[in-house]
Amino acid sequence: MTRLQWAAVAAGLALLAAMPWFADKFAVQFASKVLIFALFASSLNLLVGQAGLVSLGHAGFFGVAGYVLALASPEYDAAPLWSTLAMAVGVAALLALAIGALVVRTRGVYFLMATLAFGQMLFHLFHDGDFAGGSDGLQIFARPAGTLFGVALFDLEQYRHFHWVVLAACALVLVFLARLRASPFGRVLDGIRVNEHRMRALGFATVRYKLVAFVLAGALAGLAGYLSACQFGVVNPESLGWHQSGAVLLMVILGGMGSLTGPALGAAVWWGMELFFQGFTRHWQLPMGAVIVAVALFLPDGLAGLWRRVRPPRAVAAEASVREGAA
Amino acid sequence: MDLATFFIQLLNALQYGLLLFLIASGLTLVFGIMGVINLAHGAFTMVGAYLAWSLAELTGSFWAALALGIPLTVLLGAAVEWLFVRRLYARDHLHQVLLTFGLILILEESRSLLFGDDVHAVAVPALLSGSLPLTDTLSYPVYRLALSGACLALALAMAWVIRATRVGMMVRAGASNREMAEALGIPIKWVQLGVFSTGIALAGLAGMMAAPVSSVYPGMGNQVLILCFVVVVIGGIGSVKGAFVAALLIGLVDTFGKVVTLEVAGVKLLPQLAGMSVYLLMAAVLLWRPEGLFGRRP
Amino acid sequence: MSAAVLAADNLARRFGGLAAVDGVSLAVAMGEVHAVIGPNGAGKSTLVNLLSGDLAPSGGCIVLDGRDVSRLGPARRSHLGLGRSYQKTNVFLPFTVFENCRLAAQSRLATSMRFLRPASSFAQVNEAAGRALEATGLEPRRHAVVATLSHGEQRHVEIAMALATRPRVLLLDEPLAGMGAEESAGIVALLRRLRPDHAIVLVEHDMDAVFALADTLTVMANGRVIASGPPATVREHPEVRRAYLGDESHA
Repeated sequence: MTRLQWAAVAAGLALLAAMPWFADKFAVQFASKVLIFALFASSLNLLVGQAGLVSLGHAGFFGVAGYVLALASPEYDAAPLWSTLAMAVGVAALLALAIGALVVRTRGVYFLMATLAFGQMLFHLFHDGDFAGGSDGLQIFARPAGTLFGVALFDLEQYRHFHWVVLAACALVLVFLARLRASPFGRVLDGIRVNEHRMRALGFATVRYKLVAFVLAGALAGLAGYLSACQFGVVNPESLGWHQSGAVLLMVILGGMGSLTGPALGAAVWWGMELFFQGFTRHWQLPMGAVIVAVALFLPDGLAGLWRRVRPPRAVAAEASVREGAA
Repeated sequence: MDLATFFIQLLNALQYGLLLFLIASGLTLVFGIMGVINLAHGAFTMVGAYLAWSLAELTGSFWAALALGIPLTVLLGAAVEWLFVRRLYARDHLHQVLLTFGLILILEESRSLLFGDDVHAVAVPALLSGSLPLTDTLSYPVYRLALSGACLALALAMAWVIRATRVGMMVRAGASNREMAEALGIPIKWVQLGVFSTGIALAGLAGMMAAPVSSVYPGMGNQVLILCFVVVVIGGIGSVKGAFVAALLIGLVDTFGKVVTLEVAGVKLLPQLAGMSVYLLMAAVLLWRPEGLFGRRP
Repeated sequence: MSAAVLAADNLARRFGGLAAVDGVSLAVAMGEVHAVIGPNGAGKSTLVNLLSGDLAPSGGCIVLDGRDVSRLGPARRSHLGLGRSYQKTNVFLPFTVFENCRLAAQSRLATSMRFLRPASSFAQVNEAAGRALEATGLEPRRHAVVATLSHGEQRHVEIAMALATRPRVLLLDEPLAGMGAEESAGIVALLRRLRPDHAIVLVEHDMDAVFALADTLTVMANGRVIASGPPATVREHPEVRRAYLGDESHA
């Protein structure tokens, strides 16, 4: 990213951090939701934008982490934050390891179909099973308590605290993903996206790298799912169904896959659109669908591409050398 | 399970598998020949089922509903190809995913606006409303048998068209090399229009024919789409033969998975696993042959 | 002549009923260029793909440094010292020249499962990439995106990437394909410089280059070896003259 982009991101984060002081409760909670999905979409972008693996089952890890919190929470009482968070992210990662071991052996559209089917398998497990509330799902009556060594750090029951915690998690993950992009691991994923065959000839065991990326993305999706379950106090099979997987993939594509901040932008636009159209009609999915179709037809690089069209890059080489560069 | 019950379940499994094949073959055809991944494929099955219901209500005849519904779905498929899909042939699969996901939202909401969100039953046509007695107490509905027969006939007809006719030759030529086909004077744009609307029509027709058996409900398209994907993953991408075998396998596994409760030492093994049996089958196939049963090895 | 670094014994690969490579044996030693020639469809590229591990053999075995590698994939063989170039340019088009070589050199890190430290800060990787650029004369084009390079330059990138993995055995599949005379001479000179420290298997159509470089020459036709030995001897082989060189002189 250029210095200007970093400055824009920093300004955006500062604005979001200050939000609880000038915005009303509804706006802050909306922003928290967008941030959680920005995190979720960024985790998917690690697969789609970087490794070129288009997953349509990513909600599985998001939803399962929420279920872990719900199942681990005592009835009517707050669960301990850190242990349940570790458990939720851990379960999501393990699940990603099991599913990933099967699906990273496939390629292209085949990968997309296989991930979709496995996501749906999880949906059926929670929908048809009676261990987690079946089709109604589960409720979380009290948000986890954020204590460390007996000291209460923050109170997630307060929407302002919750917002800051989500923002901090988001910022941390963003920094991590930025470092990852420039790391040897990130470069390997870039190479796999562009030319996996050559990567193997160069001596990279590509399947292993794809699997690690799949597990990392699953764990981060689990983090997002945990936060989402905290915010809404309810988990249901829809949270891991394929509509959710499709929605988050659309956020990634809408925002633009090439960039670090594209998925976050996509998440903001997605929920903004929903809010906007819901104000007009019960059938808000109709105009939303029309916008998506229009983007597919006319904005091949997503909204980030629109920005690039307004401000064309200096040279074809510019972006690539910037990416090489950090050098 | 006695023999008669087993036989009935077997017939159910076949009927389910054949219907699934009919839908999945449209998806495979469109993907294999034109390289287009259509997430809205299942939504067209839903459209077909709602068309069958509303047209049958309107005309009072299931047959009239079929006669009107088939050309309507063909037209719908052609319109979608002409308006949208045509522009995305040369593009990344991601754009096709984006477009067809948008189409799902549009189709589902249009359905909600036009037909509402209720579940409907469609009456079995009088001609096929009887049952064949199997034993003194058990019988099998004629409509289900006719449905299986129709699916099988359509599958054979499709195989014949692709293998043995001039149209099939054009389709295959277009699939293997678009530029060469154009140089040979094959009207590739019309072939693409034809293949896409045929694929949609197959999905829609399957929805219409299944309506009297499965009832008509919102979201039925999603279920169908995902099972179609499982069929393609198991069978191997672009392989019609693979799709046929996989669809029948899924029919068997799903039907018997629901009937047979696994009991080990008197303990019932998670009955909820029944809904997952199809996916477990897919996992096993992926483990064994990542490219599917009839897919080409890389 | 020293012992073979890479040897193939009775290697075979069938595609359905067709035997693309049928009972081929060859060996190449350090400091040697072993050229493989033959008409189109003789099975040369299949042979290279078998040696590199891109294809699994239907029969026979491949020995690298005394170790049977027949069942190993391309990634494992690369780590055992095998580097290859492709007949059709097979590089990372959206990346810069340097990044192509850097990524190749990065494959020699003990692991690329490093998540936080910038890839550009690994000194030994940058050095290896830089050396590959120097060796191939690509240094001035370091920051150019490969997609914007000429065909000849892309062929150089192809070789530079193979070099950046510091292989001992080089498999070069038609490195001169589509090159002009001047560029070809440059590559021939490069291969001469590489010869002392590498065992080179060279598949090539350009006869001038082959006879300028080859220490051993193997002629293939229809998947089989019809002659093999020092170029001067092979040249006089009657079957070779008939099957291959003869065609050339008529053309």
